[in-house]
Amino acid sequence: MPQIFHPSMNTIARVSIFGAVFILTAIIALLLLVVRSPYVTDVGVVREQPVPFSHKHHVGDVGLDCRYCHTSVEDSSFAGIPPTKTCMNCHSQLFTESAMLQPVRDSFATGQPLHWTRVHDVPDFVYFDHSIHIHKGIGCVKCHGPVNEMPLMWREQTLHMKWCLDCHRQPELFVGDRANVFNTAIDVQLDPVAANALVDKYHIQSKTDCYTCHR
Amino acid sequence: MFRVRALPTIVAGALPCAERETCAERRDAVDAWTNGAWIVPATLSLCVLLLVSAGCGYQDMADQPHYEPLEASEFFAEGQASRPLISGTVARGHLRIDRAFFEGQVDGKPVEVYPWLAVARQLGLLADGAESQEVDEHVRAQILERGQQRFNIFCSACHDRTGSGQGMVVQRGFPAPPSYHSDRLRAAPVGHFYVVATQGFGRMPDYADQIPPADRWAIVAYVRALQLSQHAEVGELPPADRAALPAEEDTP
Ligand code: HEC
Ligand code: HEC
Ligand code: HEC
Ligand code: HEC
Ligand code: HEC
Ligand code: HEC
Repeated sequence: MPQIFHPSMNTIARVSIFGAVFILTAIIALLLLVVRSPYVTDVGVVREQPVPFSHKHHVGDVGLDCRYCHTSVEDSSFAGIPPTKTCMNCHSQLFTESAMLQPVRDSFATGQPLHWTRVHDVPDFVYFDHSIHIHKGIGCVKCHGPVNEMPLMWREQTLHMKWCLDCHRQPELFVGDRANVFNTAIDVQLDPVAANALVDKYHIQSKTDCYTCHR
Repeated sequence: MFRVRALPTIVAGALPCAERETCAERRDAVDAWTNGAWIVPATLSLCVLLLVSAGCGYQDMADQPHYEPLEASEFFAEGQASRPLISGTVARGHLRIDRAFFEGQVDGKPVEVYPWLAVARQLGLLADGAESQEVDEHVRAQILERGQQRFNIFCSACHDRTGSGQGMVVQRGFPAPPSYHSDRLRAAPVGHFYVVATQGFGRMPDYADQIPPADRWAIVAYVRALQLSQHAEVGELPPADRAALPAEEDTP
């Protein structure tokens, strides 16, 4: 019976076996990269909104406090998105001719709510609560980034489980004074002594049990 | 793999064999089947099964069939899952009997006396239970602190942190409100400020939805403190503050 494969095929066979290992590793690495890329995590991606609402204008320039609009952030799990009436507090008098604000005026006149596009959304099998983070001295900027510089809202963090746990394992790296929680200008890491003093003062525990977030 | 190898014995033994030839033929067919031909129809039907179950029974755990707060809904006409209250609804524990406290006026006349006790209770500054509780200086200071915080959140955008009426939004073109530091507003009863915050006033919007009643009252207390801060007699100051006065006057 004639030889089917030339002897040089032995080398090619060995190389391809070794190569397969590398190719597999490369594919896995690529997948991991893709999963962490903005394409999947939406970090830094702005969404189309019915009104180009700018936190940079309203928070950075005008100096409004988060709670003027996100009224329930201190005492509920949900921060809340303001109703159209809140916009009309000012825009009934300001920029009444602006085309950008036409959807707001329409919504107020007809009672049809504005449909904002969600930027942050953890899966439904995760329990998240704003109020406890606010009361334990975790500032909005620690999780939402420099909101006062965002012309349109984007996601600053991945919202991956690893991200939650990085802080839950070592809250002392993120904690700040309760009085500065809403202050977007303050995003510093306290020195260890001051941070640990706050951790004691606010009775902050390191919560990493699965049932903290998956209940 | 092991299950596939083990199968032929079971299947073959179960076949009724009347004649040797046909039985051998059948056994051959069964062998071909158990040796791998089954994989094609089996895979196909598995695929179909998966597709069907994905179509009807599949549930995304990340987006479960319940509404989050403010989630969009196709069921209601305005597309909103969080339902607005039907007017006249009273939630448990939210019956507003104390009209002076909740409306700031009785029969159209603004309240004259500041309801310290009710405010302290609503803000949770007093221990529960006992009726005749003192609202001492310590509790009043806490109410003022709360009022200052809420004033800076909700009112300072227009009225400025000092109450001058030249806040940031006014600087961008909103009609300017009057300064709090006029004889008319200094003489106005506390109820007037509460009514303005609750119902709005002229071009000023109302804040009934954004600020709960106790916080509105706390703001009123702070507005009074602001008025006093710009209109105090030197003789009324405590000695420590009086001592600090000349030093400040010296600085340009
Ligand atoms: C004038 C009202 C207003 C103020 C003040 C305001 N916001 Fe917002 N915020 C909105 C509106 C309206 C939206 C929805 C539109 C959007 O996503 O941009 C929003 C969206 C957001 C979102 C994204 C929500 C999502 O879809 O996931 C975050 C985070 C946020 N705000 C944080 C803040 C923080 C932090 C502050 C204070 C520093 C603040 N906001 C102050 C009105 C306001
Ligand atoms: C406290 C007053 C206030 C409230 C409440 C408010 N805005 Fe504004 N808004 C302003 C001011 C002041 C400006 C101008 C900002 C600047 O020039 O820096 C502005 C500007 C804007 C602009 C740009 C208008 C243009 O034509 O350039 C948009 C759009 C806008 N606001 C949307 C909203 C929406 C949507 C809401 C409700 C979530 C809202 N605003 C609530 C005060 C307010
Ligand atoms: C510990 C991190 C963290 C902090 C601190 C935090 N947020 Fe959030 N925020 C989140 C996460 C996570 C979500 C997504 C929640 C969800 O999908 O249910 C979110 C969602 C939001 C939303 C969208 C509406 C909602 O509640 O889902 C708004 C608005 C918002 N945050 C505003 C704020 C403001 C204002 C502050 C500061 C007072 C703040 N957040 C502080 C993590 C944080
Ligand atoms: C920057 C820091 C930080 C990040 C990021 C963070 N947390 Fe927290 N979280 C805390 C702190 C601090 C506490 C308070 C722990 C304590 O003392 O009970 C807390 C408490 C909680 C609690 C309440 C625990 C309880 O027993 O009631 C939940 C639920 C929670 N976090 C969920 C999340 C989820 C989900 C995420 C990610 C989406 C997240 N957190 C991200 C700092 C953080
Ligand atoms: C601090 C909050 C927190 C704690 C504690 C936590 N998780 Fe999670 N977990 C999350 C968040 C947030 C997500 C969603 C991540 C995402 O959307 O990518 C998640 C997702 C998951 C998922 C689904 C992953 C996927 O790809 O969909 C599993 C499984 C899981 N967690 C298991 C656990 C187990 C097991 C523990 C205990 C050892 C645990 N979690 C503790 C916050 C937490
Ligand atoms: C959006 C800007 C704006 C905000 C925010 C605002 N006001 Fe006003 N306020 C006005 C304007 C404008 C007037 C003058 C109304 C007029 O005369 O038409 C006014 C007038 C007043 C007056 C004087 C009424 C009189 O008798 O002349 C009081 C008291 C008052 N506001 C209290 C408050 C309180 C308390 C808050 C916070 C809860 C507040 N305002 C928030 C714009 C505002």
